[in-house]
Amino acid sequence: MVLATDCGSTTTKAILIEKKGDVYRQTFRGEAPTTVEAPFEDVTKGVLNSIGELEDLSGRKILENGKIIFPAKGNVGVDIYISTSSAGGGLQMMVAGAVKTMTAESAQRAALGAGAIVMDVLASNDMRPPHEKIERIRQLRPDMILLSGGTDGGTVTHVVELSEYIRAANPRPRLGITFKLPVIYAGNKDAREKVSEVLKDISALSITENIRPTLERENLFPARQKIQELFLEHVMAQAPGYKKLISWTGAPIMPTPAAVGLIMQTIARNHNINIIGVDIGGATTDVFSVFGGVFNRTVSANLGMSYSISNVLAEAGLANILRWVPLEIGEEDLRDRIKNKMIRPTTIPQTLEELKVEQAIAREALRLAFIQHRSLAVGLKGVQRERDVGSAFDQTISGESLIKMSELDLIVGSGGVLSHAPRRVQSMYMMIDAYEPVGVTRLAVDSIFMMPHLGVLSTIHEKAATDVFEKDCMIHLGTCIALSNTGKAKGNVVEYSIRMPDGSVVNGALGYGEMALHPLGVGEEAEVTVNPSRGFDFGKGKGKSFTASVTGGVCGIVFDTRGRPLSLPEDKAERIAAINRWNQTLGIYPE
Amino acid sequence: MAYAYTPGLTVTRSAVIRRKRILPLSGEVLKSKGDIVAAEDIVAKTDLPGSVETVNIVNRLGIASEDIREFMLKKEGDRVSENEPLAQTKPLLSWFKTVCKSPVSGTIEKVSEVTGQVLIRGEPQPVLIRAYIDGIVVEVFEEQGVTVQTTASFVQGIFGVGRETSGVLRLIVSNPEEALDADRIDESCKGAILIGGSLVTPDAIGKASETGVRGIISGGIHAKTIKDYLGYDLGVAITGSEDVPTTLIITEGFGKIRMASRTFDLLAELSGKKSSISGATQIRAGVIRPEIIIPADKSASIAKSTEREALKIGDPVRIIREPFFGRIGKLAQLPPELAKIETEAKVRIMIVELPDGQRITVPRANVELIES
Repeated sequence: MVLATDCGSTTTKAILIEKKGDVYRQTFRGEAPTTVEAPFEDVTKGVLNSIGELEDLSGRKILENGKIIFPAKGNVGVDIYISTSSAGGGLQMMVAGAVKTMTAESAQRAALGAGAIVMDVLASNDMRPPHEKIERIRQLRPDMILLSGGTDGGTVTHVVELSEYIRAANPRPRLGITFKLPVIYAGNKDAREKVSEVLKDISALSITENIRPTLERENLFPARQKIQELFLEHVMAQAPGYKKLISWTGAPIMPTPAAVGLIMQTIARNHNINIIGVDIGGATTDVFSVFGGVFNRTVSANLGMSYSISNVLAEAGLANILRWVPLEIGEEDLRDRIKNKMIRPTTIPQTLEELKVEQAIAREALRLAFIQHRSLAVGLKGVQRERDVGSAFDQTISGESLIKMSELDLIVGSGGVLSHAPRRVQSMYMMIDAYEPVGVTRLAVDSIFMMPHLGVLSTIHEKAATDVFEKDCMIHLGTCIALSNTGKAKGNVVEYSIRMPDGSVVNGALGYGEMALHPLGVGEEAEVTVNPSRGFDFGKGKGKSFTASVTGGVCGIVFDTRGRPLSLPEDKAERIAAINRWNQTLGIYPE
Repeated sequence: MAYAYTPGLTVTRSAVIRRKRILPLSGEVLKSKGDIVAAEDIVAKTDLPGSVETVNIVNRLGIASEDIREFMLKKEGDRVSENEPLAQTKPLLSWFKTVCKSPVSGTIEKVSEVTGQVLIRGEPQPVLIRAYIDGIVVEVFEEQGVTVQTTASFVQGIFGVGRETSGVLRLIVSNPEEALDADRIDESCKGAILIGGSLVTPDAIGKASETGVRGIISGGIHAKTIKDYLGYDLGVAITGSEDVPTTLIITEGFGKIRMASRTFDLLAELSGKKSSISGATQIRAGVIRPEIIIPADKSASIAKSTEREALKIGDPVRIIREPFFGRIGKLAQLPPELAKIETEAKVRIMIVELPDGQRITVPRANVELIES
């Protein structure tokens, strides 16, 4: 019997996980407003309230005198309690490194992977004059600084220079005025002593292994572990009520995104697949990927569906949002609507028109966050590669994206706009538009956002975590089979046949710029044969036919021949007609 | 589930208002408990450490980092003025001497033998904290600041931009439907806080800024007007530190929206009185709303604030999303079961009766109580 909570910035979500026969299942869920801010200023109140709701729903007695009852006996108590937290703005960090595209970028990946929001990246060569760097450190008031720089045996001067800037700024932590700011040094080991001299009396300095011992090797794990350790010891311990919460838990409290990253990695490893995961919230959008076993996480701290919705407009531009909306809508009207959502973030769309606008904005938020992710989920830069005669003419340079859409197996979406879309096919459609999968890709959504809970659980009981992930957390939407290039075709670009589980065969053909949906239920598998026309590629090469076994879901199999990169008709009337046609084919809206 | 509602904005004739006035870092408190203060009075002050300038001495002089101290004319803790020599080379012929001067006035903070740079801390910058409201000091936090208390009429807006300021309230429209345009603003509005109606136009804001109007209160505003006024688009609703000449407070939302009668009537009645306003808004993590505080005459009695616990039939509500956005009505029914709305989402709803007697269905998430 496992009790797990996630203390989010607005709500605290509690779930109960029980063993039913041989498998673990998530059985009940309760939630309550988070109580980190005034007037409560004690996170445990919200935790107890959410557990109280669990008690009401499950009929199980979990609390006695405001404390959790251990262990589980009959209908009373639980065996273990675990929690994640992103309350109070999560973990906000600043990172620094000598070279922007090398050590500073590695430091950024280390911090993001540990679940942090990176407020700024300082680098010796970032072109900002020193006084600007110092002023920036002083103003931002991060929870923690990760200082790296230099490969082992490399530059000492640049690293010490950065530490001198930190010293001059003498930043005060965001929480706990009397505490010294935690600084982690994970750079050139030859500079340790000198960095320590500069920083030891103004900060709580920890030293760990170099994140970039050589140009060819990135070693992020020790720094990530140190970040999470200090997060618990320094940052969390300063947040109201957390000392008490820490004493209740059976495993260290983890930053929410770090826990989500863990469950993603566990799933990718267990099934040997490549995954992209997204969590689109009100304020931020987190993107996770595991490709070839390499995990990356980014957070777009300024892209979200309520608090940050206005930023989506600012970054995407009005035209990019409007292109997804099959309506005539004025610019001023749309601006006002978006700003109204920003100041009243808890409202929901009541009319179909409002829903369409909201889902258009979601597409752009997802797309932009993914672009940011791709730019950071890259191979190491600055690496000299050995070249043979054949590759000497190949202009591929180091630092290429690790995200290869043709090798992607699964996209998992989570967050209100995806998890709570009135029709599941709307979520599938939004993700296809935003991520533009190519070839054969499965899609799923998180039913009630329990990935954080499962992430922490995976550290102490991997089987329970994966059982619940597959049985209760994931809602399989189906599979998308998409054209991966563009072209002009007079006739069909693809002919296909689907051998359904009952042996029947469905045949179909599509011209360029079309979509089709064939229902195939959850847990069902069908054999699909795809025969592209000459010049058209469905992931296996131009004109190459293939047969694949695909899995179904609550939506089924979607064929997408709109081409990649996806471009919508320029002409407004044509565009609206096309979107309406696709919407109708997929049954997106009730019309 | 009558508890599941969005708490609304307060509009009250009389309440006790307390505001903490705290320095960003420790300093000197200038007032004592019991002191009567005016909004403009300084209650606490301190000095922010100056910003830091760096000078790379070794590069400029062409020397080795570890030898830097040999060439320094100043050491840590010394004061320097702008253009004062910091370090110089020692050639045999003084003619070939290279001198490195300080770019700013300040104090030498660090001379680094590793990087060869010198860090100079600039002059401290004074920070003054004002009382913000006319009232009485009821609490003193040593070296930090005070709490000022007053009895006042109090109105919260939904969104604002601009800093704290104070001035005399002045009604400038004849009803809450009217838009506030530039023609209504003249020299006599200088130093005042203007009360508008449903909209404030871009040219009105321009004229107000030129004229020296301290603040404008309006029911609605177009998002683009704010963008043009600030010179950038607001990404998240965290405001209050904008350096704009006129503070803006919006009571209903974006677009042309009639100011709620209750808010308009109260402000209209108080036209001519001194008020303190702040545009500071923060929607996330500890909500802060923009506010209008109008201290009462001494004789005013304090209305008892009633702690609201749940929604009641008959409560005044404001609809905060399309298609009925901005309409004010009364809560008529609270059906407990989930209902399917036009989007096909199943949500909790309420039935609201509009002033013309029409009854409409609205998701509970899209309704806000009007608090008193």
